[in-house]
Amino acid sequence: MVIQTIYLPHLPANPIHIFLFENVKNAAFLREQLMAGNMEFEYTFLDSTMILSLHHVLAAMFRAVNDLKHNRIRTKNVHSEAVFCLSPNNNIAESFRRFGLSGATESMLAIKVGGLDPTTPLDQEAEKVKRHILASVDGSPLDSLDRIDDFADLDKIRKVYKLQKGSKSNRTGGQSAQVNTGNGDEEREEMEAVILGLMALRGA
Amino acid sequence: MTLTTAAVTTAHTLPPPFTSPTSPPLDLRVQGAESLLYKTTLLTPSLPCALKYRPPKAYRHATLDRRLTKARLLAEARVLVRCRRDGVTVPGVLGADWETGWIALEWVEGRTVREVLDGVYHVREHRDAQSAEEKEGKEGIEGIEKQLLGLMRKVGVAVGKLHSVGVCHGDLTTSNLMLRPRKKKRTTHPGHDAAEAAEAAEADIAMEALRDAQAQEPEPEQELDGDVVLIDFGLANQTVQDEDKAVDLYVLERAFGSTHPQAEHLFQEVLNAYGENYKAGQTVLRKLDQVRMRGRKKSMLG
Repeated sequence: MVIQTIYLPHLPANPIHIFLFENVKNAAFLREQLMAGNMEFEYTFLDSTMILSLHHVLAAMFRAVNDLKHNRIRTKNVHSEAVFCLSPNNNIAESFRRFGLSGATESMLAIKVGGLDPTTPLDQEAEKVKRHILASVDGSPLDSLDRIDDFADLDKIRKVYKLQKGSKSNRTGGQSAQVNTGNGDEEREEMEAVILGLMALRGA
Repeated sequence: MTLTTAAVTTAHTLPPPFTSPTSPPLDLRVQGAESLLYKTTLLTPSLPCALKYRPPKAYRHATLDRRLTKARLLAEARVLVRCRRDGVTVPGVLGADWETGWIALEWVEGRTVREVLDGVYHVREHRDAQSAEEKEGKEGIEGIEKQLLGLMRKVGVAVGKLHSVGVCHGDLTTSNLMLRPRKKKRTTHPGHDAAEAAEAAEADIAMEALRDAQAQEPEPEQELDGDVVLIDFGLANQTVQDEDKAVDLYVLERAFGSTHPQAEHLFQEVLNAYGENYKAGQTVLRKLDQVRMRGRKKSMLG
């Protein structure tokens, strides 16, 4: 199953179709389609080195769909809005540059929000999206999203969100004696918690 | 605002997207004066979250109401994100909508320090009433006391850390301190390709066996083990004044004194840990003496 369809809790009408690719050769072409406003290519394309975890990308999707429902998206459509929703600040162009595809992108996420057109049945829509994306991306689709974490470039992500390395280690002095501070998983969890907060507060 | 458990008589309507009948349930846990707290999930069905909703108040002018809701919600969210970034143990912010008035926070497992103390002292009274033979295992009252001191220490460290990053809680009670059990080892495994997946499956079986073994042998100290997490920052502010910090400690001291008179002597350990772990804490502790003399309402005197 190269297509992963995720139903966000509380947004059951809009399944999120996610594809993860590695060895991508035509990122520049895909980016051009977005820039040209080619409607066929209305996807959220993300450079997966900028994505920390599944929660990270889902938080952006949730906010984008929710903002769409409240009629307050600031970019062209819900898919570009999701890229903007990853940003810690209000600079739209910058968010596309940081999280979107560049000529150098080798691993990427392609995401499509389903259920936007009520006339298309959801299962037909999923099939159509799958066919189109597999034909459009020149790369190797992965069977599962488990590896999202592996593509993350922590240093780059820290820089964009202005996080300090190992912020976990100064956590509540006395308690840390027993807490495993050198643990990579734990640092990622701390990063994720802060990043989701920064994303939620964007525009406040 | 102190959140208190209350019988729910009125059904509140949540704003979208929390209105879908086919979505995960929203379980109302706490009803406060300003907000309702629901347990639900967000982002994935396996990520529990605390949804705090501030319903509009009909008696306020609509424009003013929206402004107040927005300001308070954002103040809380900003303090939480800042604390989390600076290493204070608080729940993370998963999402927010200041126009409709909700904020979604990481769900904190475990019990409040108040419940922990209630449990300990209830058991003790119960035990005193019964014969001395009823003692559970080797752990006597002294053992529990020692563990409680450890808990007090963690509370002092956590509050010291909070104050050291320049944040005051504003409503520091034993109900707003959670004792979260330490997380078990992650059970997820990266099953990359077929061969690795098979390996992982084997490892998984081994893990399973290990977990079973651990489950059969509960550690006696597990009860009071864990991390102290500060919750409910609805009244928090970012301040540099020692006065506000001293009032935080004073409020906590009073909370201990009134709900757990038996635990009052333990409070000194909170202050000890606070002073040892927070460099500027000594001046706050001196200030605390002044606050004790007159109560927390500075302006009401004189």
